[in-house]
Amino acid sequence: MTPTADFWQTEPHDHPQGASTSLGFWIYLMSDCLMFAVLFATYGVLGGNLAAGPGPKDLFDLNTVALNTALLLASSITFGFAMLSAYAGHKRGTLGWLAVTLAFGLGFLGVELTEFHHMISEGATPQRSAFLSSFFALVGTHGMHVAFGSLWLVTMAVQMTTKGLTPAILRRLLCLSMFWHFLDVIWIGVFTFVYLVRMI
Amino acid sequence: MAQATPDHAQLDQAQKDHGNHASYIKGFLWSALLTAVPFGLVMAGGFASPVATALVVVAFAVVQIIVHVVYFLHMTSRAEAGWTMLALMFTVVVVVVMLSGSIWVMYHLTTNMMPQMNRDMETAP
Repeated sequence: MTPTADFWQTEPHDHPQGASTSLGFWIYLMSDCLMFAVLFATYGVLGGNLAAGPGPKDLFDLNTVALNTALLLASSITFGFAMLSAYAGHKRGTLGWLAVTLAFGLGFLGVELTEFHHMISEGATPQRSAFLSSFFALVGTHGMHVAFGSLWLVTMAVQMTTKGLTPAILRRLLCLSMFWHFLDVIWIGVFTFVYLVRMI
Repeated sequence: MAQATPDHAQLDQAQKDHGNHASYIKGFLWSALLTAVPFGLVMAGGFASPVATALVVVAFAVVQIIVHVVYFLHMTSRAEAGWTMLALMFTVVVVVVMLSGSIWVMYHLTTNMMPQMNRDMETAP
């Protein structure tokens, strides 16, 4: 048998399971960020077209927005504490912090839906003007993300209860925490450009 | 169980990169401050110049986004050998070009095109 030059690797090299998950999830978040950027651009372009309907100053209440911002910001730090508990191997602590996070997330959704209901009952529906179409598209998409994040949070809590804090569960929790913090970053854009700037 | 070792080594590394109670609380306090100031400013009526108020509010948002990305999303240039940072930079460039471009183009479309159309209508036979 003659020695042959080794042109390519014949043995498959080892990738630890899940080694690329967090990078892949990060790239998903960046693509999600582009989708939100399109919605922000739409709001930026159409936000002034009121079609003689109600405008931001008629509809928005900054106290409500401040309450919602506080709820989402608080949920971000409690999720951080959940991750620290998970890394330390404290299952009960993790579940507890996740429950607090879920409560803040559902509180946020409750306040947002109340705001939407109030607007729609005053006739400020998405069909009323281009401003309201782009408003509901942007804020509604963010709200949908929070709703699905909450659903994901519940499934993670169930998985953790049945399987324990395995490496796979920790990896999924890490993805969910990135998703949750990312939604908080998007909300900074929402409360600034959708609400605060239009209320000046 | 051969899988467990690299996973745990990887998680140990992840744990080092993912902050502690002090860093989360620090990020939270900064974030709370950076939220409260623009809300307070707009609720109090803002500066005499609305443009100045808007610029200050937007500047606070930019700083707050950076605080969140660093303290909550744990972005460093070392994470994933720099690939997450590269993806973030690319996204930021695309977002800035797309947002500023859309608003710029559509603003000029509205201000230049619409009056022209109206004048066409006025001079139409």
